[in-house]
Amino acid sequence: MQQPAIEVRNLRKSFRKRAGFRKKSELLAVNDVSFYVMPGETYGLLGPNGSGKSSLIRILSTLLIADSGNVRLLDFTLPEQAEEVRRIIGRVSVDAAFYKKLSARENLLYTALLYGQKAREAEKRVMRILDELGMEGTKFSTPLEEMSRGMQQKISIARALMINPPLLLLDEPTTGLDPKSRRDVQSFLEDLQSREGTTILLTTHDMAEAERLCARIGFLAHGKLVAEGTAAELIQRSGASTLDDAFIKLTGEELVEEEGEMELVED
Amino acid sequence: MEAVMRQTWAFMFRGYHITRRYIGWVIVFNFYALVTSATVALIGVAEGNYQLTLTLIVGALLWNYLSRLYEEISMSIAYERWEGTLEYTFMAPVSRAVHLLGVSLFSLLNSIVSSVIVLLGLMLFTNLHLRDANLFGVLAVSTVAFVGLGLFAAVFPVMSAERGAEATHIFQGSLLLVSGVYYSIETLPRWLQPLSVFSPATYTLSACRKLFGVGNPDSTAEHLAGAPLSAVSHELLVLALMGAILLPLGLLVFVRIEAWAKQTGKLKRTG
Repeated sequence: MQQPAIEVRNLRKSFRKRAGFRKKSELLAVNDVSFYVMPGETYGLLGPNGSGKSSLIRILSTLLIADSGNVRLLDFTLPEQAEEVRRIIGRVSVDAAFYKKLSARENLLYTALLYGQKAREAEKRVMRILDELGMEGTKFSTPLEEMSRGMQQKISIARALMINPPLLLLDEPTTGLDPKSRRDVQSFLEDLQSREGTTILLTTHDMAEAERLCARIGFLAHGKLVAEGTAAELIQRSGASTLDDAFIKLTGEELVEEEGEMELVED
Repeated sequence: MEAVMRQTWAFMFRGYHITRRYIGWVIVFNFYALVTSATVALIGVAEGNYQLTLTLIVGALLWNYLSRLYEEISMSIAYERWEGTLEYTFMAPVSRAVHLLGVSLFSLLNSIVSSVIVLLGLMLFTNLHLRDANLFGVLAVSTVAFVGLGLFAAVFPVMSAERGAEATHIFQGSLLLVSGVYYSIETLPRWLQPLSVFSPATYTLSACRKLFGVGNPDSTAEHLAGAPLSAVSHELLVLALMGAILLPLGLLVFVRIEAWAKQTGKLKRTG
């Protein structure tokens, strides 16, 4: 049997938060989560803000160390082989973090050098990716701060892909994008997955996006993976008619969008 | 090896382009450094005391160099936190030693350029001649110690985005206070004087003043009676020891704090 590209078992992560003078409370961000992603598969983690999606991605990105549990990415385990894992992952986060005064070209060349790549080769690869994402080449020398959020996010995707990673970790990559940019990114990810066979772990709170891109979906609520399967399986299991309704029925919670922010509302 | 060189170059490439994009602020900071140094040096000129002028010039010049070096290294992490790029740097397959080496090399170049600007400016304000001064050996040795101090201070922004930058400046201010930059250590209150022993700047300044001929009655505006390098062997030894300890220790502390930040979730973008 083929080995999963991503395997997460019994993962737990809690944070200590100060709650008033000298008092500390514990927040369980990831609560005994287990799932796997097969090579070339796109797996979606759905949940509202605060459900533990980003903490999970950050653990897989070597930016956070789990309290307990096992994580294996291809042939490497975390946190022991963090150095090796960094060579095989590309990550896109919800906020496109760049040196905003620098141009897209300067930001991307910096990343290429950081990964020990030859600048010229990396530049060619980036131009091809940006072209596929529907970005004009003339924007390449514009400072990031002068670019729209959609453009910045496309540059962020190009940054993650320029190292040609076999694993792609996408943390709400289309949140806050206009419909066209959102569609461009989704089409690009579909093409990438079918062309390169890249394994993708995608977190989102957009049900339509998950349904379109993901072979399997996991529902996260309060740090727990409460259900998983294909979109059709989840809908059927819950007896709902849409993935939205399936989420509400299976998690006992509702996704409410307010001023662009998704919030958790208990039933 | 080639990849490591590219990674080191990445930080210099980044630093160069950021400097280029903020050139207006770079000019302002250098202008301010020059004016501050000249203002201090002119106190000696006004007194008509060349020894005092020389003491103040050496203090202003070295403090500009050392504090710039320290600040560039220690604040490099704070800048990354403000931009939100620190996570991406920490996610890249680059060792922390290479990361900090690249940052330090750029900081060193930046500090040298700034110091040359201040030095040239001071020559316009005072009748300073450097031909008899032998300070480059001391500067080279003290640089290592200050890079180590910078690495130590760079951990503060890793620990806290908000408080980290404040802590690095408090530390920098304390160095200015106890190192005898513009006055002798003996001028400090007695209870504060022992702290000067722990500052590399104390030894750098002491050595450079000897090499400039400060305190030597034969030193005049026309001719600096600077001591030979052998006369500052004690300072050089202390600085070399401090560098040998601070540099690896700074790196070790940084790596430990990074691991702690990853355990407690402190790396998350804030500010």
